[in-house]
Amino acid sequence: MKSVQERVAALRPNPAVSIGQSIVPFVVAIALAFLIDKFVGPAIGATWAKILLDVGIAILLAGSLNVVNGYAGQFSIGHAGFMLVGGYAAAWLTFYGSVHWFGTKETYGGFLGDGQLLFVGGCILGGIIAALLGVLVGLPSLRLRGDYLAIVTLGFGEIVRVLGQITDRQPKNMKVIKEQTMGELANNLGGAEGFSQIPGYTTLFFVYVMAFVLLVLAYRLKYSSKGRELLAVRENEIAAEAMGVDTTRAKVVAFVFSAFFAGVGGSLYAHQLGALDPKELGFMKSIDLVIIVVIGGMGSITGIVLGATILVVLPEVFRSFADYRMIVYALALVMVMILRPQGIMGVQELWETSLWRKLLGKFRGAAK
Amino acid sequence: MSSSLTAGDLLQTTINFLAVGGLYALIALGYTLVYGILRFINFAHSDIVAWGGWIALTVASGFGWLGAGSPAFALPVVLLMTMVICAVMGVTIERLAYRPLRKAPRLNVLITAIGVSLFLQNVGLLKKFFGNRPSTISSLMENKVLATIGGVQLRLFDMMTILLTLILVILLERFVYRTKMGRGMRAVAFDERVASLMGVNVNQVVAVTFALGSALAAAGGILFALRNDLRMTADSSWVLLGLKAFVAAVVGGIGNVRGAAAGAMLIAFVEVFVHRYVIAAFPDKPWVGQLQDIYVFGILILVLLFKPSGLLGKTTVEKV
Repeated sequence: MKSVQERVAALRPNPAVSIGQSIVPFVVAIALAFLIDKFVGPAIGATWAKILLDVGIAILLAGSLNVVNGYAGQFSIGHAGFMLVGGYAAAWLTFYGSVHWFGTKETYGGFLGDGQLLFVGGCILGGIIAALLGVLVGLPSLRLRGDYLAIVTLGFGEIVRVLGQITDRQPKNMKVIKEQTMGELANNLGGAEGFSQIPGYTTLFFVYVMAFVLLVLAYRLKYSSKGRELLAVRENEIAAEAMGVDTTRAKVVAFVFSAFFAGVGGSLYAHQLGALDPKELGFMKSIDLVIIVVIGGMGSITGIVLGATILVVLPEVFRSFADYRMIVYALALVMVMILRPQGIMGVQELWETSLWRKLLGKFRGAAK
Repeated sequence: MSSSLTAGDLLQTTINFLAVGGLYALIALGYTLVYGILRFINFAHSDIVAWGGWIALTVASGFGWLGAGSPAFALPVVLLMTMVICAVMGVTIERLAYRPLRKAPRLNVLITAIGVSLFLQNVGLLKKFFGNRPSTISSLMENKVLATIGGVQLRLFDMMTILLTLILVILLERFVYRTKMGRGMRAVAFDERVASLMGVNVNQVVAVTFALGSALAAAGGILFALRNDLRMTADSSWVLLGLKAFVAAVVGGIGNVRGAAAGAMLIAFVEVFVHRYVIAAFPDKPWVGQLQDIYVFGILILVLLFKPSGLLGKTTVEKV
């Protein structure tokens, strides 16, 4: 008779296989992003390529918000604050860094050359700084619930915006910049005028690599024990705690995860626009992201992808309506909330819906 | 700089703070009434404030009362008419957008409120409505100097704001605590189901709540527009005004009428009073001049961290 430990060990897959399985989705993600950048982007023309880029950034931002709002049920309306912080950190590194190390304000180097590596470093720096702030915002959530937490996140977002507006002027003369060290330039973030002339490193490749990585991680989180802890906190915090969930830790982890990707999203956003205006990343931007999450379906990954796509593409399609565009958008929002309160996907994923299963069943039947 | 901090300066700052606080109180009451009864943040409230200012402009120009020679009764008439129009607007919005969602999750109502807010902002921008250029209604009435104390001019608009707020808050307080309808409102706020079993007409109570809140918002909008430019309805300054009033309602204890007034005074105190004296204390640091929003949202976070239900709010314990 084998002991329990031996039987468990026999059932456990080979470590090499499990490491391989965990890497495969990321390799596929990078390959897909490369294909989108190389073939889809040029094929659909400049206008649609830009919309595709916006969709990717929206998926990244709304997907990260979904972890806090959808999974953990902690209503956050200060997500743009994390974007702003991440964007500033990345813009500081790439703009001043380019001048210091490459001697240019433009993009530098080719595909995955020095310039782009600096940009990737900027995105990660932006993510890390936003994640640190996520701890700071996650901590009040230990004491507050529901709307009150939402209001604190709102306050946080507004404070970040004002702090951005009172930073020092951004020197644009290369000679002036070179006279100061990177550390001395840390407060020269442009103030109320915003940070401008950020080199335009953001391409479809980087946006979709980050978006796919987020989606894979969000999927893994959702079906892991950590993710189920978050879902339990969402459903009933007291019951979750009674079941042994460390609700405090679960909520802070959700905030940190979410803030990291919001910071990365903010970096991509800044390097796409070439400018970072604190007024643009205020309360209304946070609300835009909440709308994507609610319309898509709180907690549903496929819902977020659909919601982000629809809410970015539709206003572009209706651009010719000019004055009436936003009115139609507002009415549509109200109608969706009245007619389909759970959002497009509800809490389900695409592969969990009955329609999908039916289609799959037919497909399998046909294959036999 | 310290020489400027005289007694006159103190008086001037106090008057400013009271006037701003009164304005916030008027708007905060609308948030607090709706939250107390329906438990959702009515994001469209700040747009009713904006529309209040613009409707007042439309009414006043309709009567030809803008500019010199407008009669003394112009402002009261415009104020009353605007309050009535906005009350009707508020009730209509509730009937069409919020009532179908009475039983839905609160987040849905919240998003609907954002939808209504965007709708009002963008309809207001249309040329057939108010357009996208700023205007002004300050010519509706002359901002007379009523008295001069120690070199400080007591101006009509400031005094009127303080007085009008005082009257409206006292009236509302009496309405909520002394009338049958007010008792119905408090009953619905306490428990909607039990209240309706006791014969309270919930739909009527909600309609009255929206009418009251929107009328106060209209008054707030007019008073704001008298002292500032009348910006286009989609301008972010309206959203910020609404946010600050909402913060006041939360700080005071949302759902509580007296709390909203107290919270508004606290918010105005840090925004006007503290701000003025911090600037005076650090004359060599120009960036402290932009910190007022930080005080407002900072005090919000501090209050919520130490007393999550607000200054005058009741703490509720969730029972398992």
